[in-house]
Amino acid sequence: MKGAEALLKALEREGVEVIFGHPGGAIMPVYDALYDSPIRHILVRHEQGGIHAATGYARASGRVGVVMATSGPGALNLVTGLADAFMDSTPVVAITGNVPRALIGTDAFQEADVTGVTMPITKHNYLVQEVNDIPRVVREAFHIASTGRPGPVLIDLPKDVQLSEFTGTFQVELDLPGYKPTTKGHPKQIERALDALEKAERPVLMVGGGAQHAHGELLAFAEKTGIPVITTLMGLGAFPGNHPLWLGMPGMHGTVAANRAIHHADLILAIGLRFDDRVTGKVSRFAPHAHTIIHVDIDPAEIGKLVRTHVPIVGDARSVLREMLKGAKPLKLASWWRQLEEWRTRHPLRWKPRPHLQSQEVIRAFAEATGGHAIVTTGVGQHQMFAAQFFPVTRARSFITSGGLGTMGVGLPFAIGAKVARPEELVIDFDGDGSFQMTLQELATVVKYKLDVKVVILNNGYLGMVRQWQDLFHAKRYSEVYLADSNPDFARLAEAYGIKGVRVERKEDLMKGVEAVLNADGPVVAEFKVYHEEGVFPMIPAGGAAEDMILEHPEEREEVEA
Amino acid sequence: MRHVISVLVQDHPRVLNRITSLFARRGFNLESLAVGTTHVPGLSRISLVVSGDDHTLEQVEKQLNRLIEVLKVTDHSEPHVERELVLAKVHVAGVEERLAVKDIQEAFRARVVDVAQKSLILELTGDSKKIDSFIEALRPYGILEVMRTGAVAMSRGERTLKVREKREAV
Repeated sequence: MKGAEALLKALEREGVEVIFGHPGGAIMPVYDALYDSPIRHILVRHEQGGIHAATGYARASGRVGVVMATSGPGALNLVTGLADAFMDSTPVVAITGNVPRALIGTDAFQEADVTGVTMPITKHNYLVQEVNDIPRVVREAFHIASTGRPGPVLIDLPKDVQLSEFTGTFQVELDLPGYKPTTKGHPKQIERALDALEKAERPVLMVGGGAQHAHGELLAFAEKTGIPVITTLMGLGAFPGNHPLWLGMPGMHGTVAANRAIHHADLILAIGLRFDDRVTGKVSRFAPHAHTIIHVDIDPAEIGKLVRTHVPIVGDARSVLREMLKGAKPLKLASWWRQLEEWRTRHPLRWKPRPHLQSQEVIRAFAEATGGHAIVTTGVGQHQMFAAQFFPVTRARSFITSGGLGTMGVGLPFAIGAKVARPEELVIDFDGDGSFQMTLQELATVVKYKLDVKVVILNNGYLGMVRQWQDLFHAKRYSEVYLADSNPDFARLAEAYGIKGVRVERKEDLMKGVEAVLNADGPVVAEFKVYHEEGVFPMIPAGGAAEDMILEHPEEREEVEA
Repeated sequence: MRHVISVLVQDHPRVLNRITSLFARRGFNLESLAVGTTHVPGLSRISLVVSGDDHTLEQVEKQLNRLIEVLKVTDHSEPHVERELVLAKVHVAGVEERLAVKDIQEAFRARVVDVAQKSLILELTGDSKKIDSFIEALRPYGILEVMRTGAVAMSRGERTLKVREKREAV
């Protein structure tokens, strides 16, 4: 058995069923072995599409996503996707070929120091020097990627190692003396947290992506205590978006109710989130009345990194919530809820109706037509925020977006990965005309594997989020954001790939368009030409605080807010 | 504030690279770094001198601990022994200078490890402050070269950088 076959055997032993990838010279022995392997391979058109698809697969399934690429340029095309997976704590294993060991460090053809380059954006990485190390390295890589705070791990495999005769064993013991994540929360701290919670008058529960797997416990805990729940962009779906205890998303484009709740809260119970600046705004003005902040996170380095923490609990969200559930009592929050209800009913998410078709109503129409029952992926930009605001997902692992890195172009490959992971689900990619064009070549992957994904492009002819910032903070100097003069006809582009194309330009055709997308038998690319100068509101300007929230465009304000 | 940190790591390729790149990208201020093997095969020990406030130091420790190959991190706030080695090559123009340098050598209990016609190499071990003063004392005579190792540190008494209960202390 050659090293390449040993690699695939080791992957099989980890339960890998599918690899997203693109072949090339330095990984060819593995692709040769793949020819006889039961592992399915999805050929993407760009390695970036491959890693985003693996990320989408991992996010939708909770399992480790696997991507493969060749050395040098192939491996370096993974960089953005690795950083994206790292920022959003996604378990991904990337396998890259490298030049033969004898050529490493000689500036050989297609050589790059991939382990060096990816060091800051992976949880760990390996350069395999000995063929018999392959099973151990694969075992460790999957263990590291999927346990503790999940993250991407890269395995770089020189070509001659892939071709060497494997004489080792697959029976390997994990021996990682420096890696022992704490999963069980400290009982004393949990007790302190429960005591503080019981005394709190205005508590809020903030939930991030680290609690996606704890949705059952979260629901039980919230319902038992009656605490209001806020989910971050990464936490969307971890708590049902149609639940009466849910206040929405916090932060820059969060709801008034969520942001005011945090601003006025006397206690914050934060679970599986890292207090990103898009959530906190200016940290020194974040939650000024919270005399108790309880932070539950599996990564000790996140606790106290940005926000002062009074009760730190290092542990897995699910395990900690189970423990907390045992001692939790119904809280007396009637007057707090009266206040929250007032904010919620007075300032719901809304948009200013215009004669033109609008992104918000397109997303709302899809949400209503599907009952929120779909896996939503998004690119990055205004459409992403509109999707987060107006498509309230009800189930965990159903809102897949690039939170930390904000990577444009992830929407389509995320959708591909999600569809491969959960083929029975309806998968909708809400994308922007700018974002979609960063990875649109993956339409070929959609065609090749007959993946039934629905791509909904909200085409406003602009890099809309940049335009919005230029509008508000750069005196409307719209520098290099206009796309409409050079955008393709997206419906015809889809047709060129053999995919059904839909175009909707007028408000009155909205429902017809939604039905055309949802009733299509197979993949669709639908272009909705939306109002070109829409802004995402509410908005807290970067570096602002909850009190600085802008509810609508300053020039369109009708009433002065109290 | 200045802190001396000991880090016990698995002796793998690139582990030092992981540590230094962590300091670079998180903006931690690394003043010195000294690495060497231990008596346990496969384990190395690193001494770092870092400056920063309590919050920074907490992050330094936590971020170091996140690295898979890092087994143990200790901030030496407790009584500890700290040493640094320096080699200093000094220009000595004539007999008078040679005698003066010899006075400094004796005062600091340094050793002469190389003698040439117009230069001497002196060796000194001590804490970093002592080394600083030594170099300042030599400066008027014309320092040709200085090589410092960076501080190494160890806790006093029974305290050790333990890995596991079963494994030998390092």
